[in-house]
Amino acid sequence: MNEFPWLTLLVVAPLVGALVVAFAPATLTKQLAIGFGLLTLALGVAIAVQYDVDGGMQLQEQHTWIEAFGVNYALGVDGLGLLMILLTVLLVPVVMVAGWFDGDDGDTKAFFAWALALEAMSLAVFCATDVFLFYVVFEVTLIPAYFLIGGFGRAGRAAAAVKFLMFQLAGGLILLASVIGLYVVSAQQGEPSYLLSDLSQLEMSQNAERWLFAGFFIAFAIKAPLFPVHTWLADTTEKATPGTSVLLVCILDKIGTFGMLRFCLGMFPEASQWATPLVMVLALVSIVYGALVAIGQDDVLRLIGLTSLSHFGFITLGIFALSSQGGTGSILYMVNHGLGTAALFLLAGYVIRRRGTTLISEMAGIEKATPILAGLFLVAGLATLGLPGLSPFVSEFLVLLSAFDYHWYVGAIAVTGIVLSAIYVLWMYQRVMTGPTPTGVEGTPDIGKRELGAIAPLMLALVLFGFYPMPLLDVANPTIDSLMAYVGVSDAPPDVPAGSVPDHAATEGGEG
Amino acid sequence: MDFVKPTIEYAELWPLLLVFGVAAAGVLVEAFLPRERRRVVQVVLALGGLAAALVGTVVVGTGLTSLGDGAARGLLGVEGTLVIDGPTVYLWGLVLVFSIAGVALFAERRLEGGVSAFAGQAAALPGTEAERQASTQGLDHTEVYPLMMFAVGGMMLFPASNDLLTMFVALEVLSLPLYLLCGLARRRRLLSQEAALKYFLLGAFSSGFFLYGVALVYGFAGSMQFGAINEAVRNDADNEALLLIGMGMLAVGLFFKVGAVPFQSWVPDVYQGAPTAVTAWMSAATKVAAFGALLRLFYVAFGSDRWSWQPMLWVVAILTMLIGAVLAVVQTDVKRMLAYSSIAHTGFVLTGVLGLQASSDLAVGQVTSLEAVLFYLTTYGFASVGAFAIVTMVRDSGGESTSFPRWAGLGRRSPLVAAAFAFFLLSMAGIPLTAGFVGKWAVFTVAMSAGAWPVVLVAIASSIIAVYFYIRHIRLMFFSEPDGEVASVTTPSLLTSVTVGVCVLATLFLGVLPGPVLDLVTQAGQFIR
Repeated sequence: MNEFPWLTLLVVAPLVGALVVAFAPATLTKQLAIGFGLLTLALGVAIAVQYDVDGGMQLQEQHTWIEAFGVNYALGVDGLGLLMILLTVLLVPVVMVAGWFDGDDGDTKAFFAWALALEAMSLAVFCATDVFLFYVVFEVTLIPAYFLIGGFGRAGRAAAAVKFLMFQLAGGLILLASVIGLYVVSAQQGEPSYLLSDLSQLEMSQNAERWLFAGFFIAFAIKAPLFPVHTWLADTTEKATPGTSVLLVCILDKIGTFGMLRFCLGMFPEASQWATPLVMVLALVSIVYGALVAIGQDDVLRLIGLTSLSHFGFITLGIFALSSQGGTGSILYMVNHGLGTAALFLLAGYVIRRRGTTLISEMAGIEKATPILAGLFLVAGLATLGLPGLSPFVSEFLVLLSAFDYHWYVGAIAVTGIVLSAIYVLWMYQRVMTGPTPTGVEGTPDIGKRELGAIAPLMLALVLFGFYPMPLLDVANPTIDSLMAYVGVSDAPPDVPAGSVPDHAATEGGEG
Repeated sequence: MDFVKPTIEYAELWPLLLVFGVAAAGVLVEAFLPRERRRVVQVVLALGGLAAALVGTVVVGTGLTSLGDGAARGLLGVEGTLVIDGPTVYLWGLVLVFSIAGVALFAERRLEGGVSAFAGQAAALPGTEAERQASTQGLDHTEVYPLMMFAVGGMMLFPASNDLLTMFVALEVLSLPLYLLCGLARRRRLLSQEAALKYFLLGAFSSGFFLYGVALVYGFAGSMQFGAINEAVRNDADNEALLLIGMGMLAVGLFFKVGAVPFQSWVPDVYQGAPTAVTAWMSAATKVAAFGALLRLFYVAFGSDRWSWQPMLWVVAILTMLIGAVLAVVQTDVKRMLAYSSIAHTGFVLTGVLGLQASSDLAVGQVTSLEAVLFYLTTYGFASVGAFAIVTMVRDSGGESTSFPRWAGLGRRSPLVAAAFAFFLLSMAGIPLTAGFVGKWAVFTVAMSAGAWPVVLVAIASSIIAVYFYIRHIRLMFFSEPDGEVASVTTPSLLTSVTVGVCVLATLFLGVLPGPVLDLVTQAGQFIR
């Protein structure tokens, strides 16, 4: 066991922050909140510095929690977890700075306290290596999210919050059935345990494994979301503040794809392979349908929300292509989607604040008054559509490769998602930004220092990882390699540009 | 025939006897003390008696002798009519804890402006001059305390009884005072009296079923004692029809008490009509006692014939969960919503009850159905007492205000109280880090282990339905704009606020660190016969 409980500290820091913010005087709310956000960021960086890319599960902690249920408080971090942690600790302060005034029309304290609580629980989700602990924090994330959606945003948010929570809790309860099933299966083979390391050794009958897989997958599909259980997504992003949407779509929804990798593949390898055809279909439908529906939206927040449906389709596609490019690509995609979509949401939020409307048809023509804002919006949009040189391109490319590897027509359908994304991004940009400047808009202030400061880290990361994705690949590859070895899949020699996916030789095998 | 003096194990039974003693003393207090001093004496007597009994329960519990290889602990008492084993002692403890909370709620006077929540003069007809006089004089019925203590005694006797006749007596001892208490509300008296009458008529009817069942099972086994019935069941004595019909009849009586479908129709009316303090206490304590008895009857007496009764429980559990959850969705009154939710919870507990497995089928350290049910009762009890206690605090000019529109925006006016109520609702919904989640997990697990996966699937479906109306209420409190007259929170005295506080802490503690209490129910061991 590790001497110093870094991961516990990482989870506790924002949690303490949430309590402090909730009870401290209202004048200090924002300073305290950002302080705790930055503290957590520092802890995240400290963990990243200690992380050894080839060390498997690290910084592990394990204490008996509920002995009667075989439950442990067990934390650990691998490459996948590390990237998700870093994404989370980066995005939360960014959202706070960008949404500095978002909480002001409601209870400011509550907004920042719930945001910190959400951060704490999400970090716990990414660290948990005990299935029961994972389930607990997985569900608890919903409570802060519910209050963030229901308390702040536009009219109709309360109904959106209920819809969000109902979908998520329904998924959670289905997952509960599978979690209970795991206990029963594990108890049949001796002492019940929920540790991931024990469960991955479990011998399950084919039927049991498939049923349990189904429960996990449905819950994660609702979370991610995938077609046809995505309907909460657009309603939620439409009504919530852009900051809340970033927390939901860029962090919380990642739990879905994170869970598919760690739990579906990590515990039910045979069932994952069995379900691949169906999952592929769902992913493809999500990609194309999400993009098509996004094109037709008139509400900019709804549009961005629906683009995520398409993106999560890509991520799922990469995961279930069951190859190292696909796996690595999807992990990268999770990070890049987090950065790109967060930028897009926040910039859209800036525009909405200036124009007082979310309707694309009523925006037009702010470009000349606010050239920098418009420029950044374009860059974020281009990142979303996968322009080479920006980081989402790398991941999209890897995922598409894996799709073509899986079957040519899967790749062919997935590629249309790229084309459609160009349409929805560029058309949105054209309608929102360009055109004659309407009267009354000439004096609109361009992006301010605070706003720029919030968005700058995202933009830098998008460009940096677009040109130099090696750090991300180095972290993601070992995780995927060991996962693929566990699932029992080996790649055909990868046909990718030398350098973008290094070191595949270790996992190569005979099967093609 | 020689008359042999029965031996009574006073050392183990004294908590039970103490409660009955306090009840009898309470009657004397009513008879001899002047009116203005009765309340204080009664409250002190009741609280002191219950606290002493609770201490006694702990002492008795720690001193129980182990039987077998430590799988069970305890002894048979009073010539085999009572059994003091681990589960009995645990259930006693639960009943006593919830009853202490109940006394605190009964004694609350600040909410009604100096009088209790009970009718000034129960005999005065509603709307008459006599009633007005009673209320202007500030009269109080302090008889509620001895009544309650008798009921508590019955509740302790119920799960401890080891033969059918004792069980029937206990059932009546616990029920009769409850019927009375339900009819004593100070406000909306007609509703309260209607509730009491309905409860009494249906209760009497179900007691009849129970008694008939007793007769039939006696006809089958030739004995009232659970141990002997078990022997008869094992040896497959003739005429199984008698056994099955008798079992069904007994089940009717118990299902009525716990409020399982199709014997649930009294629950919403009684929970709504009864004084809320009574509802709070009886929703928790009655359920604990009745499930204790149900467990003992089915596990000890009919455990060897579980293939006969498990299918019946499957059906009853499924119907109870679904009907409770679905009907709760259409309620517009907080008390009725909680009542239907309590029906749904009865279904969840039954899901645990039907998860009985032979101990040889269980892995080392695996949760047993008895443990799961005991734990679930604990978690539900705290959430239920706490939630109803908060209902007593939310008031408008007409007293307690329970219709939904009045609760709109409560979270803005009284964030702490609304947050506590939301917390109890989340626990009932089974959100992790609250007690309800651990309880749900436990009962679902034992049912799944016993192969009752269809029941678990239905339980999960009804949980999803149930989540909806809990969440809707949270939305109402926090995110809805108030429209028209609204209720506000009246500051209660320490009695109510401490009760709510303890329930919040217990719900949180059992949700985050359920280990100690789970160890306790594990140590309680099996039933003995």
